This record gives sequence, C-alpha cells and structure tokens, in this order.
Amino acid sequence: RMQTKDIKHIILVLSGKGGVGKSTVSAQIGYALVKRGKKVGLLDVDLCGPSLPQLLGLSGKDVKRSTQGWVPVYADASQRMCCMSIGFLLPSPDSAIVWRGPKKNAMIKQFLEEVVWGELDYLIIDTPPGTSDEHISLIEYLQDSNPDGAVIVTTPQGVSLADVRKEISFCQKVNMPILGLIENMSGYACPHCAECTNIFSSDGGKLLAEELDLKFLGKIPIDPVLTEQSDLGSNFIEKFPDSPSLNSVMNLVDSLIGSDRMNIGA
Amino acid sequence: TGETPENAPHDCPGPQSEEAGKQSTCEGCPNQGACASGANKGPDPDLEAILERLSGVKKKILVLSGKGGVGKSTFSAQFSFALAESDARQIGLMDIDICGPSIPKLLGLEGQQVHHSNLGWSPVYVKDNLGVMSIGFMMAADEAVIWRGPKKNGMIKRFLRDVDWDELDFLIIDTPPGTSDEHLSITQYLNEAGVDGAILITTPQEVALADVRKEINFCKKVGIPILGVVENMSGFVCPSCKGESQIFKPTTGGGEKMAKDMDVPFLGKIPLDPRLARACDEGKFFMTEFPDSPATKAYQQIIEKILTAVDAK
Repeated sequence: RMQTKDIKHIILVLSGKGGVGKSTVSAQIGYALVKRGKKVGLLDVDLCGPSLPQLLGLSGKDVKRSTQGWVPVYADASQRMCCMSIGFLLPSPDSAIVWRGPKKNAMIKQFLEEVVWGELDYLIIDTPPGTSDEHISLIEYLQDSNPDGAVIVTTPQGVSLADVRKEISFCQKVNMPILGLIENMSGYACPHCAECTNIFSSDGGKLLAEELDLKFLGKIPIDPVLTEQSDLGSNFIEKFPDSPSLNSVMNLVDSLIGSDRMNIGA
Repeated sequence: TGETPENAPHDCPGPQSEEAGKQSTCEGCPNQGACASGANKGPDPDLEAILERLSGVKKKILVLSGKGGVGKSTFSAQFSFALAESDARQIGLMDIDICGPSIPKLLGLEGQQVHHSNLGWSPVYVKDNLGVMSIGFMMAADEAVIWRGPKKNGMIKRFLRDVDWDELDFLIIDTPPGTSDEHLSITQYLNEAGVDGAILITTPQEVALADVRKEINFCKKVGIPILGVVENMSGFVCPSCKGESQIFKPTTGGGEKMAKDMDVPFLGKIPLDPRLARACDEGKFFMTEFPDSPATKAYQQIIEKILTAVDAK
C-alpha cells in the first residue's frame, strides 16, 4: 500500500538533537543529488515545525490531487525534485499543528500511502528531533519499503552528541542501518580576519563516528551564506559553486551515493 | 488514574483518549474493557494531587520555542543558575524533554540518580537552593527513550505529582521543541495549578521564527501568558579581531520584529560566545565564569526584565 515501489533508495535524516541542521542538510542533499543527475523526493515528517517548504523556496504552494493520490510539489520545471510536507497543507503558515501522537502517525502514513512519488532515485526523509511517535511509526510503515538507512546529523558539542548517541541506539534497536554521520556547524571563519572559531566546539561528530565505528561523511562549516540562502529558499549549490560548504556537501553526497544497499551490505 | 498503565501495549492511545479501548492496538489489552466503557475517563484525580504538590511553588515559568536547537535548555540552565545566586531564593528546574534531556549535562549533574523518600521523588540538587528533575537521571547515558506520547505524558505527570519540590520561589520548566504531547500535557496538568508565564526562545532566522510564531499561537490558544521573546545566537564577536558578524542573519527582521508583529514583549538579544557552548558542555554557570562577556550582560538584562514581568502578573 505504500507508494514507494518505484523508489530506488530511501534515506532517513535523523538526529535526536534539535536545531543541528537536519532540514538544511536534507535540502542540500536533495539539491546535490539533482546536480548529480538524480531524481529526488523530499519527505518532511516534522509535523510541528515543517521547514522544508521554506528551505526549498516552496512556501505557499498547494498540494494537488490526482486520481492516484496527492501530487508532491515540484521544485523545478524539469521535475527532478519534489517535496511533501504538512507545511503545504496548513491554512496559514503560523497555524500550529497541536496534535498528539496518533494523529501525527496517521498523517505520516498518509504521506507514504497517498503521495504519488512516482519513479525516484532517492527519497530523502527529513525528521523532527527525538525518538518518539514519528520515528517509531516511520520505521514501522517503511518495513516493507526496504530503506537504505539513516544519515545522522550532529553539531560538534557534547549536548548534541548526548542526544545523537540515543538516536544511534534507537537505530540499532530497530535495525535501521546507519549510512554515516555528518558533523554540521563545524567551525566558523570570521569574515574580517579569517580566523576560525569553533563556536560549537569541534571534532565531536568525527570522534563519535570513530568511537562507534560509523562512517564519517564529513564536516560542514557554519556558513552564514548557506543559512541566509536557506532562509530565502534559494538553491545555494547553484548560486555559490565555489563555497567551501558546497564542497563539503558534494563530498558527503558522493560518499552517500557510493554507499547504496549493495555496498553497505545491510 | 488516567495514566497509561504499565501493562498497556506500546501503541496505547492512553486511557483518557477518545479512542481508549477502541483502537485495534487495544485488542488483547487487559484494560480494554475498562477503557472502552469510559471507566478510566472522567475528571483526572491527579490534577488535584498536582495542585497540592505544587502549592508551595510561587511562580511557574515555561521555556518554549517550537524550534529545536535555539537554546531553550541553555537558557533554562543559565536562568536557573542566575536565580539561585541569591541564597534567599529556592529554585526548581524541571526538564520535560523526555527524548533529549539536556538539563543534567548543562547543570553538571550527569550520572546522578533520583532518590525516593516517603515524601516522593527527591530532586537532584546542584546546590542547596537549586533542585533539578529530568528523565536523564533515570536512564543510562546512551539509552534511547523510545516512547510514544501517552508514556511520555505519564512521566511528565509523575514529575509534577510525585517530585517533592517543597517550597519554591521559581519552578522553571524546560520543554522539547514542537507543539505536541509534552506541551499539551504540561498545559493540561498545570490547568489547576496555573502557569505564570512562558519565555519563547528563537534565533534570528526565518526558519526559526516560523516555528516560534506557531508556538506563540499555541500559547495564546491554550491561555499561557507570554512573558516575552528572547533572540539567541544574535551576532558574533570574533575573539581574535573583535570584528562583529551575523551568522544567522535576520532575513525577515529577526525576533524583535516578530515579537512586535505577534504583539508580545521582546526581552532582548543574546550574542554567540564560543565559551558559552563550552561552559554548557562542562555544566558550568557561564555568567560567573565569564562576567565580562557580552552574552553575560545580555542575560543579566533579560533576566531583570523577566523578573519584573513575572512580578507584575
């Protein structure tokens, strides 16, 4: 019943910790995969704080219905990237979705059963922080869809790593393979003197990956241009091809593409 | 008592739910008959117990956001430390983030455990006048709490009903991001006892503000008075050249404009200081470690405003 049969790879983006950049990284992975010639869907299962429409420049768009179900919102004329989020279904952007677990679960199920994803190379699923209803339900609903695994996003500091360890423990408990770990917000280069300050500490993600024998997909620095472009819903990758952040993102995506089901032997 | 029973399936909708006893997951549960007949619904006797337990608490303040990672727990911790600087005040800090409880680490209390007495659960004390409660004290460090809503709600209720807070001048309640089970439950359980106000934390960017507007609307909907908005991570001063830069640019006017648009007070901006992140990881009180930091000065001003606002109510 899940409309996922024509999707080649399903990747979850998880953290455990809020505000580390799951949605930002999900959007950048989407853009980068398109740059690599892939057809991508982005599913936003953060029902309380759906950021993907904003990040993809799709705020205010409507979801259309076809005879087969809901049509995801396409980000471009060539239809290489599409998105589904509760953000598209809200009467106004400031409306709060104040739902308890069961209603959230039902919505997530609808997203997987009723959205006509069509043929995709990758479905990237952006999640809210935590290890609760959304995560438990998502894993259950995806049981027969054979997801590739999860990418874990963290910032370098201790308080983030503490939550991320729990998320890793969750993945192990539910047999979700971990494709790798990304250390986001890793260092900031002052625009005046170029001195790099590790505002949120440094290397925490890398060391955690080493400790737990997980693949380290790379560091992404704090980049105000990336943050600003994300706010504006712009395709940062196309607009700033020389950015060091772009290199980080393309490297991690190339690493991911190399880690498909056949390589990781899940 | 309306709590999810221990022998309920993990998908239990909760005995108070409309679906109690009627969902497919209820098949086979020993409580199904009672739930379906409505015997487990009705006025929740625990609300009286909570009212009684919190009768010695003068002010209850929620720290909310909607958005994750903006600094709710950091603010809650530093705020609690600051309030507890005065020996005359008794402070309680309750962490209702069940999945990602950061408070023990931020207060330097990792590895501590909750003790039970005949008066109930004892908070873990940082110092004589600052007691803390978090699920972090009840689990192993890396253990994930993989609970659905009803079980999380049950734990939050126990924090309110069973913890021996005794007399407190302030109970600060740190919350997880979102507008879901935890937020609905804390509002519901404190319905009788009352919430004196909520502080909303944001960062300057639009992706954060978008979620915080929803949280403000949630507060208005459920009748929680809003003490004001704090804009965290607002600007950065390079420790090397002292040049200022904006990392999280306020593309749509930042927290101040949003507060104005939503007709709620704006309490102030806190700049980024890398030493603050380190102090957090080390469980230290940043303001006494770095009294000259612009972040410390910002905290001081904001705390003054909060105390004025909460006294006025």
